[in-house]
Amino acid sequence: MVALQPGKRRIVASPAAWLVWGAVAFFLVNLAGVVGSVLVSSFGTRWFGTWLPEGFTTNWYADAWRSFGLFDVVSVTLQVSLLVVLISVLIGVPASYVLARRNFPGKRLVYFAFLLPILMPPITYGIPLATVLYKYGFAGNMSGVVLANLVPSVPFVILTMTPFIEQINPSIESAARMCGAGMRALFLRVLGPLLVPGILAASILVLVRTVGMFELTFLTAGPDSQTLVVALYYSMSAAGIRAQQSVDAMAVIYTSTMLVLLVIALRYVNPTQLVARVKEAPEP
Amino acid sequence: MTATLERAERQAQTPALRHRLAERGVDRQLLLLVPALLFVVLLFLYPFFYGLQLSFAPEEGGPLASYAAFFADPYQRGTIWITLGLALPAALLNVLASVPIAYRMRGRFRGKRLLTTVLVVPITLGTVLTAQGLLNFLGPAGWFNKILTAFGVDEPARLVGNYWGVFFSLVITGFPFAFLLILSYLSGIDPTLEQAAATLGADWKQRFRRITLPLLAPGLATTFCLAFVLAFSVFPSAVLVGNPAGETRVLALAAYQAAYEQYDYSLASAIAMVMGAVELIVIAVVLLWRSRLYTGSTGGKG
Repeated sequence: MVALQPGKRRIVASPAAWLVWGAVAFFLVNLAGVVGSVLVSSFGTRWFGTWLPEGFTTNWYADAWRSFGLFDVVSVTLQVSLLVVLISVLIGVPASYVLARRNFPGKRLVYFAFLLPILMPPITYGIPLATVLYKYGFAGNMSGVVLANLVPSVPFVILTMTPFIEQINPSIESAARMCGAGMRALFLRVLGPLLVPGILAASILVLVRTVGMFELTFLTAGPDSQTLVVALYYSMSAAGIRAQQSVDAMAVIYTSTMLVLLVIALRYVNPTQLVARVKEAPEP
Repeated sequence: MTATLERAERQAQTPALRHRLAERGVDRQLLLLVPALLFVVLLFLYPFFYGLQLSFAPEEGGPLASYAAFFADPYQRGTIWITLGLALPAALLNVLASVPIAYRMRGRFRGKRLLTTVLVVPITLGTVLTAQGLLNFLGPAGWFNKILTAFGVDEPARLVGNYWGVFFSLVITGFPFAFLLILSYLSGIDPTLEQAAATLGADWKQRFRRITLPLLAPGLATTFCLAFVLAFSVFPSAVLVGNPAGETRVLALAAYQAAYEQYDYSLASAIAMVMGAVELIVIAVVLLWRSRLYTGSTGGKG
């Protein structure tokens, strides 16, 4: 670290650094403009071609809440995403344990099978999947939405948990086995507590992904099983039926929900440690 | 007599088989894998092959009729290039822009966590807020054009309802993902390696080119692939901020229209398969290129 100290100081002043930070600042200013315009519009009364709307009101929120039946939509969203998180963790974690610890014939093939759903665009497998789900009567209700959303979530849990489990020293398990712990005790008493941070991280990421997943829900949801994103999309693409500000208000509600989730996530997970354990200089 | 002997032999063989399997790594523990495998087969592979079969079984014409219909129609065929023309530059920009920013954000400094959070927050925006925001902000009467006018530009810039609207929405939603991944790959590289190089007299250019970049290459390839997948499957924003009838009629939109507006599931499946194939080709090219560069540990895990 000492060797980098002088370099650090130089970086702050170099033109390249100014360029990079300038680009970041430009991006952030425009981003603030994008978000801010929605925020202002959702509180504005009439806004035509001026810098700011004529007046401010919170009516659009009440309007959005009532006219969209937002309570139902939000509760569907929560139920779907919690179910998806629960099931994908239950299925994914044991599988990632095996993938992290064991070598067996066909392991690469299995790994590839788990990788494919993440690499494929959701629409590609979503359309055949929706067809199959309709054929068996799953689509059009919540079970279909949950099943469809599991497709990218389970592999996602597996792929995030595998490196996490690899980092746990296997001799801990050997020691537990020496002391006579069976598979169940091993999972509940030894691995479980060690895996909690990883599971939490994976769950929150799956939660955020599911709440934001548009395509799969869009293809499989019926009128009663729309999640927030899909309801928003319909209200926006059917332009003219809803006041634009009311859609804005709903978008703000959506984003603040996601923001709360993300802030909770960031309290537990250091986002930079998702892919690799980071060697950072210790706190001074 | 011989029968009993054989039975005894067989009994002796049964555990031997289990042992032999166990030696190759197959035993009861692998059962933990079963639910996940079952799930992938039932919910991913089966629908996928069902779709594949459906794409070869159109209502009329030979088995290839749906594909022929897709490739014969320039309006449909063009969606491939439209999608690639959106997804490749957007993914490239997101990944390439992340590298210098992440490179400067390694190590400790004041406000790092805040800056990371601010850069990550766009993940929460969602397509619709991004779309509304872009329409409000970049639209002809939006703040952006007002500022341009204040600086003396007469024509308002047309930035939504066309290629650029979709491109911007892809950058806003894709950049945080790419940045987060690149940042974690970069911070996974052991800083002592660079310190060692610095001790040997390498300046930062050499350190970046000879040490960081090769170690980062696998991460770059992975991030590009994921960013590309994200951008390639663009669908809602192509409708909301793009021009869904022309300039930004992407593959996903074509597939959706075939399935739910024309009710031609065979054609829809064919388009979905073409979409998957085009995407996998791009990913394969990236991974091939990456495997020529450097194979081995990234120094990250561990």
